[in-house]
Amino acid sequence: MLGAILLGAGGAYGTSPAALPSESPDNSITVVLLDTRGTEAGEPGTPVPDVDIEVSDDSGTVGEGTTDEEGRVSIPIPGLGSYTVTVDEDTLPEDTELSGEGGNERSVNVVISGDMRVQFPIADERAAGAGFVSKLMTGAVSGIKFGLIIGLAALGLSMVFGTTGLTNFSHGELITFGGLVVYGFNRGLGLPVVVAGILTVFVSAGFGWVQERGLWRPLRRRGTGLVAMMIVSIGFALFLRNVYQYVFGGTTKSLSQYVSQQRVSLGPVSLAPKEMAIIAIALVAIALVCAALMTTRLGKATRAVADNPALASSSGLRVDGIIGWVWIIGTALTGLAGVLLAVDQQVEFQMGFKMLLLVFASVTLGGLGTIWGALIGSMVVGIMVEVSPVLGVPAELKYTPALLVLILILLVRPQGILGRRERIG
Amino acid sequence: MDWGSIFSNAMASALGPDAIVYALAAIGLNVHFGYTGLLNFGQAGFMAVAAYGLAASVATWGLPFWVGIAIGFGAALLLALLLGVPTLRLRADYLAIATIASAEILRLVFGSVTLSDWFGGSNGRQQFADTFYDLNPYSSRLDFGLFSFSANDAWVFTVGWVLVALSCLAVWSLMRSPWGRVLKSIREDEDAVRSLGKNVFSYKMQALILGGMFGALAGFMLAIKQQSVIPTDYATDITFFAYTALLLGGAGRVLGPVIGAMIFWFLMTFLGGFFSSAASIDLIPDVVMSDIQASLVRFILVGAGLMALMIFRPQGIFGDRREIAIDGR
Amino acid sequence: MDVETSATGREALASVPNTPGAPKPDPIIVGDDITRTFGGLTAVDVEHLEIQRGVITALIGPNGAGKTTLFNLLTGFDKPDSGDWSFNGHRLAGLPAFKVARLGMVRTFQLTKVLSKLTVIENMRLGATGQRGERFWLSLLPPLWRPQEQENTERADELLRRFKLDAKREDFAGSLSGGQRKLLEMARALMVDPELIMLDEPMAGVNPALKQSLLGHVKSLRDEGRTVLFVEHDMDMVRDISDWVIVMAQGKIVAEGRPEQIMSDPAVIDAYLGAHHDADLSELDAASIEAEASAELDQEAKDD
Repeated sequence: MLGAILLGAGGAYGTSPAALPSESPDNSITVVLLDTRGTEAGEPGTPVPDVDIEVSDDSGTVGEGTTDEEGRVSIPIPGLGSYTVTVDEDTLPEDTELSGEGGNERSVNVVISGDMRVQFPIADERAAGAGFVSKLMTGAVSGIKFGLIIGLAALGLSMVFGTTGLTNFSHGELITFGGLVVYGFNRGLGLPVVVAGILTVFVSAGFGWVQERGLWRPLRRRGTGLVAMMIVSIGFALFLRNVYQYVFGGTTKSLSQYVSQQRVSLGPVSLAPKEMAIIAIALVAIALVCAALMTTRLGKATRAVADNPALASSSGLRVDGIIGWVWIIGTALTGLAGVLLAVDQQVEFQMGFKMLLLVFASVTLGGLGTIWGALIGSMVVGIMVEVSPVLGVPAELKYTPALLVLILILLVRPQGILGRRERIG
Repeated sequence: MDWGSIFSNAMASALGPDAIVYALAAIGLNVHFGYTGLLNFGQAGFMAVAAYGLAASVATWGLPFWVGIAIGFGAALLLALLLGVPTLRLRADYLAIATIASAEILRLVFGSVTLSDWFGGSNGRQQFADTFYDLNPYSSRLDFGLFSFSANDAWVFTVGWVLVALSCLAVWSLMRSPWGRVLKSIREDEDAVRSLGKNVFSYKMQALILGGMFGALAGFMLAIKQQSVIPTDYATDITFFAYTALLLGGAGRVLGPVIGAMIFWFLMTFLGGFFSSAASIDLIPDVVMSDIQASLVRFILVGAGLMALMIFRPQGIFGDRREIAIDGR
Repeated sequence: MDVETSATGREALASVPNTPGAPKPDPIIVGDDITRTFGGLTAVDVEHLEIQRGVITALIGPNGAGKTTLFNLLTGFDKPDSGDWSFNGHRLAGLPAFKVARLGMVRTFQLTKVLSKLTVIENMRLGATGQRGERFWLSLLPPLWRPQEQENTERADELLRRFKLDAKREDFAGSLSGGQRKLLEMARALMVDPELIMLDEPMAGVNPALKQSLLGHVKSLRDEGRTVLFVEHDMDMVRDISDWVIVMAQGKIVAEGRPEQIMSDPAVIDAYLGAHHDADLSELDAASIEAEASAELDQEAKDD
């Protein structure tokens, strides 16, 4: 857990971009273990020697090795395919602990000939043994940050659900869209991350409009049922996710700026500047949207449509126009969530898909279709995800408490924390 | 381009173990969604508990194979009860979210390092189906002319299709009985059924369990055919692919899921073979499509195909529009 | 259950006072303090309610008076905030809808709920209670349920003939007209063999040509000894067939009485008819306006 946070701060990375050994065989997996605790960002860390590494595939072990004085080991593999790299944790130095998700194992998909490098974040057991209260606080602040990112996406989902009744399973791909577009602007066109991020929000808004006009509105006009639309959204999700992988590839990539930042100590918690910026940006965006929903004509119209589309339509509101705006704003917010997630972590084609269930959990927790409910639910889910490892949940299972709570809340209060009971008949 | 081998591979895949697994999973979804209107998006979870129930029982705890099968069925039953109690009284989309979430929880738990002593983490569990293969009457390859199966595949093939046939027979006889009539009526309008004195909750639960049992069969076949369970085999997408197969063949029809699964795997293998050989012989330039990208095209088409099916032919490619199982809300 | 019950039931009503919540000589339903709120809005707030056995009772009131909500509460389709009520002495509070129906209290719906993808005869068969073939394991053994299915089918065919739906036997219920759907729903409810049948707006959306026969069918329910409770906007129907009328407004029972008394009660005309004419003109189709107008003419002719 702590390792994940340190990783965000760039404090502990298990590999260095050091040059490959020239004698490396045609196909191999290279693991470099570098302990970067206590070193400045960008500097190489201390090599960790004498650690046993094993590479296996479906049929069993294909190679083993031990890290050398440079913390490096190259293990030849028979060919392209899926492998699992395992670090024998018993051979790690005593004060060292692997801390990334997945613990001591990495699944590696070797798709190009040559050498494949694998990273294992390393955390400090002494750091991990830091005060419980401090860990709890750090987890809570991380949770607030994560919750706000979820909240942006949940707001988008909730607005669309509120006005159209669509449970959109392709919503995760709209988050990914934001992440991939910001990456494209930043790495492809060389724009600064801030500029790329702003442009991405506008592109996302346009994507929302195109989707509404090209897909969802025609479906509503045809009278397609909600269940059918839900399944259409699943097809759309599969379609988009594989297009993303087609275009972007299967690897994880970073933006050009703010990748690793030194943490600033703020009382009991320490935060990187980018994390503070993420929290601030998300708060401002959420506040703006909520204020707009409360005060502007469009906002009132949106709530009227959410309350009763037929009535809103008969009292002269252009329901389709309002739903169009809801898609534009909702997708823009969701795209922003993708941008912030890309800045906070990294970019890959499944980044939003992995968030989808957490977004659903937030929205259900708060009450489907209620704006405030979505926000409260997001904060609860975000904090639960980041705090549960502190409370003893294994790091690789940190999403599960939130998902369990989702199921439990359906049992006791299906309308969510803020939802109202539905009227029958 | 070798059209012959692309076609024969596709045929083998349409009749082979993959199609069997998907047919069984989709038969379960047909009971849930096609007949009862329950949106189970967690069929992968039912498959996973059954497969891991079997694999862990045998490979971790050393229990006999058939005890493992019983434990797998028991686990699927338990999952249906756990899921059904909170969600079957609620709207369709809640069941969808709850089932997809629980399938995801299960996948994370089975893959977790913490529990790797039981479930083997991301490596999963292997070699638990020897009892099954010991019963194999085939001693050599089974040859169908166009393609052939190894002796073990032939045994999986035989048992699998017998299971599919028995499942279809069970569904057919259930759905023409008054019991099936109640399910179909619940799909249409559960309040009407309630007003006639039927315990709708109990019927939905029975349907959830029955469909989950077919999911368990699918999980067993998937685990047995490769003598291995790994968490990634039970990801959410498998549920959605099974839905695609079901909708292809036609929901609410006894043979719909079977025909759908065969078409699905024929197309998947055909398109996979076509694009990968097109990319490798540079029929399509590498800039446009590399080898890896070629393997993705079929998944892109699955997504687009699922959308198109739902929009233009919700009754499936052979179905009768008047009888379509899904409409309205 | 026979003709005698209903005749004596009607006679007995003669002595019942015209006060809201008046006690009846032989009530089939007795309810107390039933309330239901939505958000801050009180939809139903009924102090005392009794429904006489063996007669046709109409429940009327302007839109939003809580009639359908009361129906939902009584039949277990909705949960009240408070209240207690019983059917034939069985306490029903907290009982799920299907158990209420099994006790012999069956309802229909304002928006007709026929099962459109099932045939008419399958709709009917579904209504039969105690079917062995509806149990999972037994359903796999047709010989165990075939004879019962045969009996149910015969009964269903009889009802279809009675409701003039026999020609539609093998059609999908979705292909029926609005009035035929109402008839099918009523016939299907009879498959349960209920003692009390509750009809929610049986005339809504029914072709005027069918109305008269529908009225006849409702009366025949009473004449074979069943109790009928119905919600209706069509005053023509209320006047024509009901033995007793309960008027609701804003969730409360505001008046009760025999139809001719209720129709002339100035308080009811103020509270209900005025509101009804204002609120519902848009909903009424031309035919029912015409029917209402002709009913009024009839009334005037009689007065003359």
